[in-house]
Amino acid sequence: MDRRLAIKWMLAAGAGALLSDPLSLSVASDTPTETPTWPPTGYGADPNLVKPYKAGDYWPLTFTEAQRREAAALCDVIIPAEGAVPSASAVGVADFIDEWVSAPYPTSTADRKVITEGLDWVKAESVKRFGTGFAESTDAQRLALCNDLSQDAPVDAGLLAASKFFKRFRNLTATGFFTTLVGMKDLGYVGNVPLARFDGPPADLVAKLGLTDEVKW
Amino acid sequence: MAFVTPTSTAESYDVIVVGSGAAGGQAAYTLTMDGAKVLMIEAGRNYDPRSETPMFQTPDMAPLRGAATPEKPFGFFDATVDGGWAVQGEPYTNASSEAGRQFKWWRARMLGGRTNHWARHALRNGPYDFKPRSRDGLGFDWPISYEDVAPYYDKVEMLIGVYGTNDGYENTPDSPEGCLLPPPKARVGELLARQRGRTLGIPVIPIRRAVLTRPLDHKTIPAKLHPGNARAQRIIAEDMQNRAACFWATSCGRGCSIRANYQSTTVHLPPALATGNLDILTQAMVREVTVGETGKATGVSYIDKATGAEHRAKARVVVLAASACETVRVMLNSKSNRFPGGLGNSSGLVGKYIMDTVGATWGGQIPLLENLPSHNEDGAGGLHVYSPWWLYKEQLAGKLGFARGYHVEFGSGKGMPGGYAPFVPDTGGRTSFGLRMKEEARRYYGSHISFSGRGEMIPNEDSFCEIDPKVVDKWGIPVLRFNWKWSQHEVRQVAHMQKTFADWIEAMGGKNLKRPDPDGTKAIASGGMVIHEVGGTIMGANPANSVTNSWAQTWDVKNVFVADGGVFASNADKNPTLTIMALAWRTADRVLDEMRKGNV
Repeated sequence: MDRRLAIKWMLAAGAGALLSDPLSLSVASDTPTETPTWPPTGYGADPNLVKPYKAGDYWPLTFTEAQRREAAALCDVIIPAEGAVPSASAVGVADFIDEWVSAPYPTSTADRKVITEGLDWVKAESVKRFGTGFAESTDAQRLALCNDLSQDAPVDAGLLAASKFFKRFRNLTATGFFTTLVGMKDLGYVGNVPLARFDGPPADLVAKLGLTDEVKW
Repeated sequence: MAFVTPTSTAESYDVIVVGSGAAGGQAAYTLTMDGAKVLMIEAGRNYDPRSETPMFQTPDMAPLRGAATPEKPFGFFDATVDGGWAVQGEPYTNASSEAGRQFKWWRARMLGGRTNHWARHALRNGPYDFKPRSRDGLGFDWPISYEDVAPYYDKVEMLIGVYGTNDGYENTPDSPEGCLLPPPKARVGELLARQRGRTLGIPVIPIRRAVLTRPLDHKTIPAKLHPGNARAQRIIAEDMQNRAACFWATSCGRGCSIRANYQSTTVHLPPALATGNLDILTQAMVREVTVGETGKATGVSYIDKATGAEHRAKARVVVLAASACETVRVMLNSKSNRFPGGLGNSSGLVGKYIMDTVGATWGGQIPLLENLPSHNEDGAGGLHVYSPWWLYKEQLAGKLGFARGYHVEFGSGKGMPGGYAPFVPDTGGRTSFGLRMKEEARRYYGSHISFSGRGEMIPNEDSFCEIDPKVVDKWGIPVLRFNWKWSQHEVRQVAHMQKTFADWIEAMGGKNLKRPDPDGTKAIASGGMVIHEVGGTIMGANPANSVTNSWAQTWDVKNVFVADGGVFASNADKNPTLTIMALAWRTADRVLDEMRKGNV
């Protein structure tokens, strides 16, 4: 894992709320950002921050109907329903990925090619292997293809580009899912509610970790 | 008096304050509370934190889940308006194209400036920090000492509200009784860092941040802030009651609509406006300080961004608080027959000795913190603890190979997810997916610690800004060109940070995400990336080697003062904002005094 990805992994997977904003000016200030190009072509440098947005509000979406169908199916192999917790596509993750690859920023522009070509490839490969598109294939068939793509160094070297696409698509799916209310709850995030007091970690947890003596204030 | 337009400004003011952030806000507050008529000029738009702050918005409400983009480099919900390391139509340049010699200049174009999104870290400089040359022979001593600034630190802490404790560490000053608010409880990861840091000899104590952990004491503080000024006491007492204490949710970088943290727009400007003595002009880009026949400043000329037309405003005194580099730009662009090299520049030092904070980050994953039962770790919307520099004695003895120290900031806990991230580490040569991936995501979430070293840079001859001879901004105003170079002191400091952090991760039983590189040039953040740039109009005891005197009054033009970080003669590892405010208060007191005496 390169440093940039490692930091991003940490950011959203743990210390995110602290470090993904400038209040610590710490990791955040070293977070790589692209060199801006002007005039801005996205949401601008002064968007309204309090109104809710949905995919497509700021820039037109990219996916064809076929790509959207394959994306939703792929999302759901990556994050299927689990008990009462819905699958990724059921909470709009395919729409998020479409929004992401359609954005006018450099990272998205690079992803647009990788993701749209990857979805087209997945469909063609499914047709070749199973005689149907990925979305129409069986659970077992979808799983078999994803298992092949999940190898960083696939036995069939011809799958290398597709495996890179799969990793990127998985990352976008995880991002899209774990940043929804459903996904945050599933992950175990319990904040964003006003409290009368902040009591810190529960005493039994602190004791279990052998940290009771550290509580000084 | 209140918000004005170019056609409704008064004929003349006592003081023009250029800028509305920490420096401009504090200067305007102090001046107007004492009765001076002030015009504040801000290059950005008006901004209302009460209606514009996304307090509980979640990432699914934002484009791209709130991820950082070139237009919002700290993410969608960051409070910054029209800002970043690039501002449309307002370029700057770097003299060198070499990596490692770049300076990146963060600006915000909004009322309150960068105070709306800052970290709220409010550390005091210590006694060594004002006399670094006397201690190790490098850089410059300030013409003032800690004792000169201490009373102003006290007042600023009481005014804005700062949490923290008095721990008595070397060069890490305690505050007098009544200045500080109680610190928040440490999070689990912070407690673990504290326990294991001890094995390395590194202290972990509450950080100081400008966040109200309880309401300010409106009954006793006003009299301490404004002795003998009943009206000022009444105004600030009333305003303090309109600030709520933190409700332990939403990160401070978004701003705060309940006014629980400090930003100029929620703490300095409301009471200043309530005096009736403050006019605020936004969307006005100051081009230059105008000078009369006697060599004194007469006011400023500015561009009205709405029309592009140039206007003038007049005052007895001009206080530049535009941010260190923007103030340099205004001064160097203020050329006249009397001051052909720019205003206040007889020393040739305007723009020289720009410093940022030395920064490097490090992260690790801590198995002990995996799969912990979830609890609310939002806390005060930022850091709760930090490590002050702990190796003063070893450093002075020459054992470290670099001359100045750093403090450590931590990130830990189950914060709100946001932005792009893989969520799982992907070991074993495969991309995890399916229910296994979900389980791994839950396991690893909150099991990371990150460290950020924040260190002192020593001013050097190769780090400065000047006017670019060719490039102008969209208003036709010549722009800054930066020159930058780290010295071995900073590079070695970064190598030390990395080694320390890697050892610390191991002491926590954790896994480092990479190995420390003994070559600090690979890890050091570019100049300007920590957004602590100061210097450029440094204060001193002698007009030949400084731009301002010990009161931040320019040597050459006695009715022009610099209230921002430009006057810093050194840049301690401590985040500069609290010191900027303390000095701005002190400078405003001097302005009032000079006006009373008829000297300006």
